[in-house]
Amino acid sequence: MSSEKISRDDAAYVARLARIDLTDEELDLYAGQLAVVLDHAAQVASLDTTGVEPTAHPLPLKNVFRPDDPRPSLDRDEVLSQAPAVEEARFLVPRILGEPQ
Amino acid sequence: MTAPSPAGSAPVGSWEPVIGLEVHCELRTETKLFCGCRNAFGDEPNTNVCPVCLGLPGSLPVLNVRAVEFAMRIGTALHCEIRPSLFHRKNYFYPDMPKDYQISQFDEPINANGWLELPDGSRVGVERAHMEEDTGKTTHVGGGGRIHDARHSLVDYNRAGVPLVEIVSRPDIRSATQARLYAAELRGILIATGASDGRMEEGSMRVDANVSVRQPADELGTRCEIKNLNSLRSLVRAIEYEIGRQVELLESGGTVMQQTRHWNEDEQKTGALRSKEEAFDYRYFPEPDLVRVAPDAGWQADVAAAVGDMPADRRAALVQLLGDEGTSEARTDQITTVVEHGLDVLMTAAVRGGVGAALALARTANETSAEPERARVLDPASYTALLRMEQDGTLSATQAKVVLSDLLENGGDPAELARNRGYEALAEDSLNQVMDELIADHPDEWGRYVGGDDKLAGFFTGLAMKATQGKANGKAVAAELRSRRG
Amino acid sequence: MTTALELAEQVRNGSVSAAEVIDRHLAAIDESDGAVHAFLTVLHDDARRAASAIDDRIAARDDPGPLAGVPVAVKDNLCTRGVPTTCSSRILDGWCPPYDATVVERLRGAGAVVIGKTNLDEFAMGSSTENSAFGPTRNPYDADRVPGGSSGGSAAAVGAGLVPLALGSDTGGSIRQPAALCGVVGMKPTYGTVSRYGLIAFASSLDQVGPFSATVADAALLFDVIAGHDPLDSTSLDRPTPRSLENVGDGVTGLRVGLPVELVDGVAPEVAAQVRRAAEVLSAAGATVTECSIPELKYGLPAYYILAPAEASSNLSRYDGVRYGLRVDGEDVEAMMRATRAKGFGAEVKRRIMLGTYALSAGYYDAYYGQAQKVRTLIINAFTEAYRNADVLLGATTPTTAFALGAKVDDPMAMYLSDVCTVPSNLSGHPAISVPFGADGDGLPIGVQVLAPALCEPLIFQVATVLEAAAPVMSAPVLAAATWSGR
Repeated sequence: MSSEKISRDDAAYVARLARIDLTDEELDLYAGQLAVVLDHAAQVASLDTTGVEPTAHPLPLKNVFRPDDPRPSLDRDEVLSQAPAVEEARFLVPRILGEPQ
Repeated sequence: MTAPSPAGSAPVGSWEPVIGLEVHCELRTETKLFCGCRNAFGDEPNTNVCPVCLGLPGSLPVLNVRAVEFAMRIGTALHCEIRPSLFHRKNYFYPDMPKDYQISQFDEPINANGWLELPDGSRVGVERAHMEEDTGKTTHVGGGGRIHDARHSLVDYNRAGVPLVEIVSRPDIRSATQARLYAAELRGILIATGASDGRMEEGSMRVDANVSVRQPADELGTRCEIKNLNSLRSLVRAIEYEIGRQVELLESGGTVMQQTRHWNEDEQKTGALRSKEEAFDYRYFPEPDLVRVAPDAGWQADVAAAVGDMPADRRAALVQLLGDEGTSEARTDQITTVVEHGLDVLMTAAVRGGVGAALALARTANETSAEPERARVLDPASYTALLRMEQDGTLSATQAKVVLSDLLENGGDPAELARNRGYEALAEDSLNQVMDELIADHPDEWGRYVGGDDKLAGFFTGLAMKATQGKANGKAVAAELRSRRG
Repeated sequence: MTTALELAEQVRNGSVSAAEVIDRHLAAIDESDGAVHAFLTVLHDDARRAASAIDDRIAARDDPGPLAGVPVAVKDNLCTRGVPTTCSSRILDGWCPPYDATVVERLRGAGAVVIGKTNLDEFAMGSSTENSAFGPTRNPYDADRVPGGSSGGSAAAVGAGLVPLALGSDTGGSIRQPAALCGVVGMKPTYGTVSRYGLIAFASSLDQVGPFSATVADAALLFDVIAGHDPLDSTSLDRPTPRSLENVGDGVTGLRVGLPVELVDGVAPEVAAQVRRAAEVLSAAGATVTECSIPELKYGLPAYYILAPAEASSNLSRYDGVRYGLRVDGEDVEAMMRATRAKGFGAEVKRRIMLGTYALSAGYYDAYYGQAQKVRTLIINAFTEAYRNADVLLGATTPTTAFALGAKVDDPMAMYLSDVCTVPSNLSGHPAISVPFGADGDGLPIGVQVLAPALCEPLIFQVATVLEAAAPVMSAPVLAAATWSGR
């Protein structure tokens, strides 16, 4: 995984996944910068971690719950007042072309 | 276009359908999975929202303990292993997803490796039943409400964050009919656990089908996922259609493309969605805002105890009640019907009240189940009394069915309802008189009957019925004929 | 000098009104913040209203709390109801949260007055506050230098004396590093002791809210106010948080102090020199200082630069133009999202989203993200081992003093190296504090860092108090406000 060059196509794929429009210049710039950082990060890629458990949380918490009791919801006007576009008390978005899954 | 395979049959030609079902069911909690907003259907749009379920910057999820309890009930009912589990983020962008990731479970789900037994005794494996949050709802404006002709869309987040359990079967199902049985049985189980109300039409139970075909000796074929199935009937039709479509494609030398297809109810076919064919990279990673869920043995035991009788158990109880008479296929179907409609309690009460099991089963499965809603609130004592009236000959079968109908409609006392219909029991004397007259009028036939021609019992019974305007009790007439013959 | 402790005392005992305190500080901000640019929003009306309410309570013989009348600046990635909260990003320009962060509620509950929102690197990603969409903040000691980041605004606000207290957030050093560069106290608590509800997330398993102050005792005071279990945060510890203020004066007699070479070697000579002097101070005060080595610390930075961007790439997905914030129109919703995020995010944010998305993507997860989580375990284990022979650790906070504005913007890797001494504590979840301890030849502040095991906040405050007492006196910063009251 070290010193892998990241092509413009790789960068373009990542940008698509992340839903960010980037120009060709930006793609090249980021591809280069990503490669440098990943090179640095490669120091960990080469470490021997056999038998080491990953840490998701620094402290071993488990079973944190809340009771099934209703709490007040937000005032709808306050919520919709921050929305870029609203119609019939719903958030309006431009047409959706694809299906989610 | 090859016609879809006849319902219920197995391989289409030599092709073996391989079907798996993914069922999403909404849990009947008061509040959402990660926040205290109400879990309610049909409220004004965007009134049950808060920073958490809207995914506002800075918000954090906290897990609803009752949702975990319900998930465990479902796992118990499906004979799953209940395991310590993690939540993962499933990352993808869509306007109905407030965070543009869904909090779900990935490779450490709460329930795994279970199975479900169908009424015919066959088993379908359940790979997993995990927890996840629901998305908001989008409506499409312009273009007849369909997504690809819309001008724009509107999003309501009331449903975002509602708790779901996704139940994934193993691809053990081999026909559309079996798929229907699985879905119906699963629905019964979900309702019996109290975790969900199983309403497909309302969306609290959503079924997607994964369908592929293969030659029996081969590896699994490429599968397509079928969505938008709003009823069990659509499920059957869509699967049949899809099997036919894939078979035709393969037989003409084509290949099946892996894709998601929508069932179009109007046109009765599946169609590929006009989406980008790029495979989704969900970039699953453990949800850092939540911690591990590890129900201890005590909690699991409490949940197991709280899970009531499942449909399979209730069917078994009725089989027991029927003893030797419980095992024919016709009986099995009747038992399934009784349990499916929740009438086993009523039927059992009748049997305990002295009604023969076979009669109780027949009436409950055939007539009473026609009005399941009313039947479920029927007074067991009245029901029992009515069936006993039929059993002891006070009412004929035909008469009993009419009174039953009245009872379901209006309730009341069966004896009074019978009287209102004019069904008084025919007095002993009048039957005697009628028999005397019939025998006198038909001496030849009587002679042959006495001589051993049993078929003439029907002849005389029919005449007796006519003569009494149907009031004679068939059994009483038969008894009378036999005793007179000697 | 007037500390927050003293101010609160004066307000509570009636010798000064909250209104007067707030007016004084608002005037200082109006006069001096033009040069510093610590603040993005100043809450003139709200602060005066709050101060007035405090005074009413005092008049009614009601105690408003331990921070009565004290003005506090809040980093602009903490939600304040009805008040713009931008994360220094165009994508949230003008967004007003409909709720307060839990820490903000606790501030108000203790009688503090939220006087304004401070500048930061966009979405807390950066070490210089140059990544703000609204212009950088300047170091109070040298207007041509950075205040550090990402909490540069909060650090500079305290550094210039505009406020006695501020809140920041620390994911890889974003409180401690700017504290060191601006000559103030900055502390990152044990992960889970301070609620993250209302802290706009950067990297969820690393982020913590913490205090900035001019004195160690003030930091302990503020920590005690904001810390504690929050049922709205599932990662919040449900056990009593150690009270710190009452123990700050306990001294260091008999304490074992470890001095890891990894936190001293490789830093600028003048910084290293101050660390060694700090070690001598602790020795003289009765502690035993022993050099040690924790080689795994050097893996902290590479692990961090996988984990943090990975979590961030997911946390920032929600900024899609649908529900709030910036929207750039598009032909269809995806085009709208792509254009909105292209326009709304700055270069550093885009870079980290790209990096994080890549690290999580199919085929790379195990090598990058999975491996980094394991390295995290190695670092935690290494700390545990080190703490068998030490009660606390001492080292540099940052490798250099404040660098010039623009010096590192074109070299992301050079910028990331600023975090080398601080990220290990974020990965382990341990508490750490930066204490001002002298200056370099240019008069630029130097901070030394004290690290301790989880939930040992009282220890770090104790050690920090001893260091503070022996620290060289600092001259006033160039951009000192009228309210700057000396060290």
